[in-house]
Amino acid sequence: METGTSENAGQTAGRTEGEPVWIGLPPGLLRMRRLLLVVWLGLLTIGTALLPGLLIGPGWAAFALLPLAVLLWGWSMLGRNWRSWRYAERSDDLLISRGVLWREETVVPYGRMQLVEVTSGPVERHFGLASVQLHTAAAATDARIPGLDPAEAERLRDRLTELGEARSAGL
Amino acid sequence: MTTPGVPEDVRDEAEGVRGEPQAVRDETEDVRNAPWDVPDGTRDVPEKPQGVPQDASDEPQAVRKGAPALHERRLHPVTPLRRAWAPVAVIAGWAVHDPDQAQRQLTRVATTTLLAALALSVLAAALYGFLSWWFTHFAVTDTELRIRTGLVFRRTAHIRLERLQAVDVTQPLLARVAGVAKLKLDVIGTDKKDELAYLGQEEARVLRAELLARAAGFAPETAHEVGEAPVRRLLHVPAGVLAVSLVLTGATWGTLAAALVVPPLLWFATHSVWTVLATALPLLGAAGASSVGRFVGEYDWTVGESPDGLRIDHGLLDRAHETVPPGRVQTVRIVEPLLWRRRGWVRVELDVAGSSNSVLLPVAPREVAESVIARVLPGVTVPASLARPPRRAGWCVPFWWRGYGLAVTDTVFVARHGLLRRSIALVPHAKVQSVRLEQGPWQRFRGLADVRVDTGANKTVTARLRDASEAAELLYGQADRSRTGRREARPDRWMA
Repeated sequence: METGTSENAGQTAGRTEGEPVWIGLPPGLLRMRRLLLVVWLGLLTIGTALLPGLLIGPGWAAFALLPLAVLLWGWSMLGRNWRSWRYAERSDDLLISRGVLWREETVVPYGRMQLVEVTSGPVERHFGLASVQLHTAAAATDARIPGLDPAEAERLRDRLTELGEARSAGL
Repeated sequence: MTTPGVPEDVRDEAEGVRGEPQAVRDETEDVRNAPWDVPDGTRDVPEKPQGVPQDASDEPQAVRKGAPALHERRLHPVTPLRRAWAPVAVIAGWAVHDPDQAQRQLTRVATTTLLAALALSVLAAALYGFLSWWFTHFAVTDTELRIRTGLVFRRTAHIRLERLQAVDVTQPLLARVAGVAKLKLDVIGTDKKDELAYLGQEEARVLRAELLARAAGFAPETAHEVGEAPVRRLLHVPAGVLAVSLVLTGATWGTLAAALVVPPLLWFATHSVWTVLATALPLLGAAGASSVGRFVGEYDWTVGESPDGLRIDHGLLDRAHETVPPGRVQTVRIVEPLLWRRRGWVRVELDVAGSSNSVLLPVAPREVAESVIARVLPGVTVPASLARPPRRAGWCVPFWWRGYGLAVTDTVFVARHGLLRRSIALVPHAKVQSVRLEQGPWQRFRGLADVRVDTGANKTVTARLRDASEAAELLYGQADRSRTGRREARPDRWMA
């Protein structure tokens, strides 16, 4: 692949064929997901510990170990999943790679993009995160990058739109 | 009548985009005045009555404003009738669906009341049919087909002709008797409301020719007179072959056997007439649809080729005439049922974005089918042999892995699946929207991966269980090919 266009020269310096420059997700997403996990499973742990423990007997509080185990397992799983997400802007297409056990890698040529969407829910906004979603004419195209910095999401959106216009093709 | 369209036309002319020939032709048709010229959103119901009385009167305002008056037309006057029978159909449907209840209710009310109520509802439906016909207009501009409809909730659809994916003229049996036809433009995102039903038979033909000529990019002045493009017949499916092919189809026998075996069994089990009827009727219906229904629908199947694209005509009772312009086909599938293999017959299906019809050839010898495919996808040859997945794929999908296959040529991505009923899908590189590589844990353990190719017709073609490194190469290679494949593709306006 030839080097990128001038507007992203900084990022793509030294790019060579078959060696996309992968960008990971910022740690905000991991923080948000872990916090949500801890809050919900923490409440569940306390609930399962207190209710049977007080009502039936202290021994029954051991049930709380189950959600606690899920919490600890989920903590590391979230980390692995977060690390697996990455994307790369090549000169002609966008690559998105994700998944630990079920790996998926998507390539979307810029010319095929119909719509680029930046979304951000209330929780995501609180953590300063935004997602970018790409739509092509095929509904099956599942190209979403979650948990980006809003500035980066907007930069990506603008760049993708610009490239999409430049390389636009019909159906 | 130039309703919400007018402001746009004014703008277009200000930009000097559109020509004016459309305006000249419109003398007799009505042209609406200012209250109608509100952009979408501000149109509200009370304005409607003002607009109606001005029908068939020449309004000078439009001329003064310099807006090209559109030649707006109504549908065929027979159209309201199709709605008049809706209440009868509803009652009949209810009676069939729930006969017990229906009988009890019907015996309770007097015959005269019943007849009066029926007459009233038929009348109401007829009135509704008439009003919806009265308020439905369509017009053809240089670049668009505009449909304006709606009695209470108004709706205007502007269908861009250069985005045209296919044109269908269909004639259900009753419509054939009445000499009318339905015209449907397939554009991505259009729905049922955007079809023109009904038009006069001849009018539908002429309109289709005009729409295709405009979509093809003929000059607006001549598009009207271009007429129908000449058709060269490629293939005709004889009725005998079609019948034999249906006899050799497993689904026909499966549904028939189910319809003959299940009801008697149910009778022995329950001794309830209604239960048996409730299961027997749908089963018989399914059996009929898959045998007789398919024969009737695919009877006299003719595929032709014209400069406007592919022509498919078929049907014994309901006639359908489909036109797929060049370069619109997203995927072609060659299906080979087990029992057809000895005779070397195949069925060919095609996907067009926004279109629901999918059969190209119901049955044809393989060589003939391949020659037709070569016309549909220019420059494409069906590869003779496809590469099977590596042997270890048997650990992921035992036995059936032999059915999978893959080939990539200069023009198409070809993937096969199915062992007994083989299906080969061909996707031109230019039609690929995105490429995905998927790998589950067990597949990774075996060093395998799936490659999925998404097309614009919302279909995904999968090359399953490829070697992981081959799949990764394929992923990037396919992305490159689909990106460059578009360059040699024909323009949307194929005659321009």
